[in-house]
Amino acid sequence: MNITLKLYASLGAFLPPGSARNTIELDVAEGASIGEVLALQNVPRGNCHLILVNGIFTPPVSADGKALSEGDTLAVWPPVAGG
Amino acid sequence: MGWTGKVLRVDLTKGTCAPEDLNREWADQYMGQRGLASKYLAEEMDPKTDPLSPDNKMIFATGPLTGTCASTGGRYSVITKGPLTGAIACSNSGGYWGAELKFAGWDMIILEGKSKKPVYLCITDDKAELLDASEIWGKSVWDTDAWIKTRHQDPQMHVSGIGIAGENGVLFSCIINDLHRAAGRSGVGAVMGSKNLKAIAVRGTGGVKVDDFPAFLAATSAAKEVLAGNAVTGEGLPTFGTQVLMNVINEAGALPTRNTRDVQFDGAHDISAEAMAEPSGKNGKPNLLANQACFGCTIACGRISKVNEEHYTVQNKPEYWHASGGLEYEAAWALGAATGVNDLDALTYANFICNEQGIDPISFGATVGAAMEMYEDGTLTDKDTGGLKLKFGSAEALTTAVELTGKAEGFGAELGLGSKRLCDKYGKPELSMTVKGQEFPAYDPRGIQGMGLTYATSNRGACHLRSYTVSSEILGIPEKTDPLVTDGKADLVKAFQDATAAVDSSGLCVFTTFAWTLEDIAPQVDGALPGNWSVDKLLEVGERIWNLERQFNLQAGFTAKDDNLPKRLLKDAAKTGPAKGLVSGLKKMLPEYYAARGWTKEGVPTNETLSRLAL
Ligand code: SF4
Repeated sequence: MNITLKLYASLGAFLPPGSARNTIELDVAEGASIGEVLALQNVPRGNCHLILVNGIFTPPVSADGKALSEGDTLAVWPPVAGG
Repeated sequence: MGWTGKVLRVDLTKGTCAPEDLNREWADQYMGQRGLASKYLAEEMDPKTDPLSPDNKMIFATGPLTGTCASTGGRYSVITKGPLTGAIACSNSGGYWGAELKFAGWDMIILEGKSKKPVYLCITDDKAELLDASEIWGKSVWDTDAWIKTRHQDPQMHVSGIGIAGENGVLFSCIINDLHRAAGRSGVGAVMGSKNLKAIAVRGTGGVKVDDFPAFLAATSAAKEVLAGNAVTGEGLPTFGTQVLMNVINEAGALPTRNTRDVQFDGAHDISAEAMAEPSGKNGKPNLLANQACFGCTIACGRISKVNEEHYTVQNKPEYWHASGGLEYEAAWALGAATGVNDLDALTYANFICNEQGIDPISFGATVGAAMEMYEDGTLTDKDTGGLKLKFGSAEALTTAVELTGKAEGFGAELGLGSKRLCDKYGKPELSMTVKGQEFPAYDPRGIQGMGLTYATSNRGACHLRSYTVSSEILGIPEKTDPLVTDGKADLVKAFQDATAAVDSSGLCVFTTFAWTLEDIAPQVDGALPGNWSVDKLLEVGERIWNLERQFNLQAGFTAKDDNLPKRLLKDAAKTGPAKGLVSGLKKMLPEYYAARGWTKEGVPTNETLSRLAL
């Protein structure tokens, strides 16, 4: 299935060289979990503090149990804040 | 002992500067800075006073931790009645100026009346005098800063003042210290301009005494460890700055776009922290050069950037080729997403002009967004705008508009009224994205429900810094709540409002609260001040301040009707993202909030609430 992966801030380093706008399209196994997708890109899980699937918060601790669906957008940040 | 115990009262009409003792009873009830100065203002001034009349007072106030070794202890606030809103205004700034005032031996400066001619206030330790500013009237913040330091032959002076926007009465003009730190909101710069006061220059050579030094040192050291060890304050904020929120809030579907017609901006990435760090232009250098800290801050979230020298805005203007402050998230949002402009260099340039001339970029950008919507729907014509083609997405329109607004020239004079007055004037009040006359910032209340209640009930008009529920609803700090529901938001907003009022009265920066709770802050205040400053006391002080500000506004003529949001947010559902189909649930949250506050259904504090808070 096809998903969109967005890795922001320092996690952008785990995208393939030449990726634009912190985004890549990925073809992953049907029902792949967030954890599996992050492992594919070698993203250190300890740095994944904010995980949004289609803009909706997913606690990092449940990343392994949460299956993605065709067309999902997974966006991940290290610890960030602002105001 | 935390407080210096000294207040400087400046009568601009008579041209006098006189010291007086700090009211210790009030200091014990209101701590300092925002709270204590609000108490002085409420006691000394009729809330119905015209904000731009000589009768309006203006207070520059530090907190008990300002100028100490507490991390971020460099803050000060400007408290007055705001001309943009007609409500109590309290604008908070970092940099170094606040600490310097404390080193000079003053807790606060109360300014009253109006000078006959332009002056600046010069403070060197306990000596204070009003000096002629005719040579710098009409000059920018940056030129004023340089002129004062040269004139006094003292590069260590710190200057807080206005640019031409404040002189010209731009209703969202701000006060800038240390070149690019702003007491930004509600038009406090216009009040300073109306008094013919260009700047306050301070040099202090003393220190700040604390009540119990060993306890204070232990508390501030432990609290610094917490900041350093916390992933957000120790790593996230210094590395990426506040601007990292651009993609977060856009992904979450809560980025008000093109005058809040949409909740997601296709150009968000182009103006984000990630884009600031990417190589750009022929020389391949990024926009972002470094981070920077305010006085005593161990977080250092500030951004120092540069406009690409090839960019059309500065091509023939080498005076703008230097590095300066920006972009922070709120400014980037207002100058960018609110106007549909995705040109990072244009935004950086516009932000430089805002700092140089003393303009609040939030209100300015949001006002341009409203003007663009009126231009595109035909309400505003080229004749009205003097030929300025205010199309959404036009970087040229944005950068021309910022230059005109500071000078109050052409259509800039109308933009300087702020979006409420502008939209009213052209018969489109519904297009003004304001509460109590103040433009709201970078969070759409349809996608972050708590922020709708935050804006509606903020005592200084729409504002994110009165209760930053984004922290909980999006970032999960201190605990995650669902941004799309209204349940529990009344209590959440009240809790954030009270805690923030306490932090804003201490001299500390509110960004510490991404890591600190009041459990970390109370021992620092307690070490600095006599008396017992527990978490409970801080919360009580915070709640007292909130109710005092509310009383001021009620006496100024505001009612529950003003605790409202623009119709667009209540009637037009978000079109995309997680909030698709949702409007703000303000109607449900507001009565819950009044009840949680101990206010009547009309939003008035009950006698019981007032007496519980000793008001
Ligand atoms: S956290 Fe940022 S805004 Fe706050 S004091 Fe530190 S540098 Fe200044």
